[in-house]
Amino acid sequence: MSEITPDLVRHLGALSRIQLSDDEVTTFTGELDAIVSSIAQVSEVATSDVAATSHPIPLVNVFRDDVPGDMLTLEQTLQNAPDSDGSRFRVTAILGEEQ
Amino acid sequence: MTDLTRLTASDLASKLASGEVSSAEATDAHLARIRDVDGDVHAFLHVNDGAVAAAEAIDRRRAAGEHLHELAGVPLAVKDVLVTTDMPSTAGSKILQGYMSPYDATVVARSRAAGLVPLGKTNMDEFAMGSSTEHSAYGPTRNPWDLDRIPGGSGGGSAAAVAAFEAPLALGSDTGGSIRQPAHVTGTVGVKPTYGAVSRYGSIALASSLDQVGPVTRTVLDAGLLHDVIGGHDPHDATSLDTPWPSFAAAAREGATGEVLKGLKVGLVRELRGFSDAVDASFRAAVAKLEAAGAEVVEISAPHFEYATAAYYLILPAEASSNLAKFDSVRFGMRADVAGTVEDVMSATRGAGFGPEVKRRIILGTYALSAGYYDAYYGSAQKVRTLIQQDFAGAFGEVDVIATPAAPTTAFKLGEKLDDPLAMYANDLATIPANLAGVPGISIPSGLSAEDGLPVGIQFLAPAYEDARLYRVSAALEALLVDEWGGPLLDRAPALNGGAR
Repeated sequence: MSEITPDLVRHLGALSRIQLSDDEVTTFTGELDAIVSSIAQVSEVATSDVAATSHPIPLVNVFRDDVPGDMLTLEQTLQNAPDSDGSRFRVTAILGEEQ
Repeated sequence: MTDLTRLTASDLASKLASGEVSSAEATDAHLARIRDVDGDVHAFLHVNDGAVAAAEAIDRRRAAGEHLHELAGVPLAVKDVLVTTDMPSTAGSKILQGYMSPYDATVVARSRAAGLVPLGKTNMDEFAMGSSTEHSAYGPTRNPWDLDRIPGGSGGGSAAAVAAFEAPLALGSDTGGSIRQPAHVTGTVGVKPTYGAVSRYGSIALASSLDQVGPVTRTVLDAGLLHDVIGGHDPHDATSLDTPWPSFAAAAREGATGEVLKGLKVGLVRELRGFSDAVDASFRAAVAKLEAAGAEVVEISAPHFEYATAAYYLILPAEASSNLAKFDSVRFGMRADVAGTVEDVMSATRGAGFGPEVKRRIILGTYALSAGYYDAYYGSAQKVRTLIQQDFAGAFGEVDVIATPAAPTTAFKLGEKLDDPLAMYANDLATIPANLAGVPGISIPSGLSAEDGLPVGIQFLAPAYEDARLYRVSAALEALLVDEWGGPLLDRAPALNGGAR
């Protein structure tokens, strides 16, 4: 039994910036509970003496010369924007009333 | 006259080089095939209006005496996760509907430079999350062997396109089996190269420590030819390996002689379970072929493989939740028409633009990365990753390649597992360990299931950097099996009638 509750799913939706309907919250709560119970088995073998691996092939930092590369033009940068003023992305208010 | 769509890429390339066939004719033949059958198969999300013009340009260059690449003029299908300047790139998501990339993915640019002709973009599970293409926002692809069944996923469109003779070659991406599992269920060939062997620049990222781009074809040689075009170091991808690679086409040609099987040590994983009887029977028969040809088959132990799927469904969602944060309704993609702050618009957009599986995984990943749970979930999964790498290292100390069935069952019915995420996730139990460890894998057809007559795939795995070994061994087995079948397995697929696009 994991601790996945409707409130937690709603909170995770807010953290992920995904608006969820009440039906979605109900469905995801059940599904995530089953999924989390199943994947929690990783802790059975992940003992303290095992090192973590973040990347399959060891790599060192990759640098390049600090010179401008092939840059997108302003037009290319804005070509897929939902809204722009021709030189900048345009969005709705950054801060709400109470902020 | 030969049906140009039935030729392998290698045979078509020979006819193009000799002038017997023009690229425009070959491209026309494939576009006609798409028109005839893709209404049923739905492998393509977009067909390239400029394909014939690109083919004609190759023909003109050839006529002018220019020295062209071996594959110049051969048509190619491109998975919609790879961005293209002349066709929309949506990754199967509504949130990217109509997105036009200002640049080509490196693998697409290299394909164009070699003279390959992009036919269109292939369907996929949204952002490559899925094993059936049913999670595409644009409707599922159907398996050419049985239109009521799934073509695998996430790259079901690319696999179905080559299986239905709509394209001789396709590009795919494989994060947990998205190239190899579709190959298994469609009777085709799919390769996941060593992590970093092929550039991911311009591949819309799912899980960056797992993703790898690779070839989707009907023969091992064709996969090698395409791999030779797309592989190698790319300064635009910081994880791209700066390693010289041998020719994989040469490896496939060498392997086809069968010499490689003499004394080859093949490992079977004791702990890998969960395959249907019919899949297991096809696998055992293929392994017996290897043994009869001189290979030594031994059982090996990889005790942590049984934890691979669990680790994967922590690591993938964690990385995906971060990668998909870029869909913020500001710079590209959809924007919901709602009032409120930029955050309200962002949440509404992502709520409307992402499908259920994408939401499920982003929320799961956000949970796994939360303070208080990070060590127990994400941290533990990373440790399992180490243990699986150690399992591989131990195994490859004893054997040259590992062989497994590529997926637990043959193609299941559309809709059968759609409401059961855990059942869907279990499809990838044989393919996931390679992604966690970064090693290369290939799936080739081993035969048809005695139970339902549908294709089964055998997977070979080799140590990192040893991709050429996979091509040698697979080409050897392919030659033995095709000889036994009296022709390619796909000759037995039912004809597709009607279903015009």
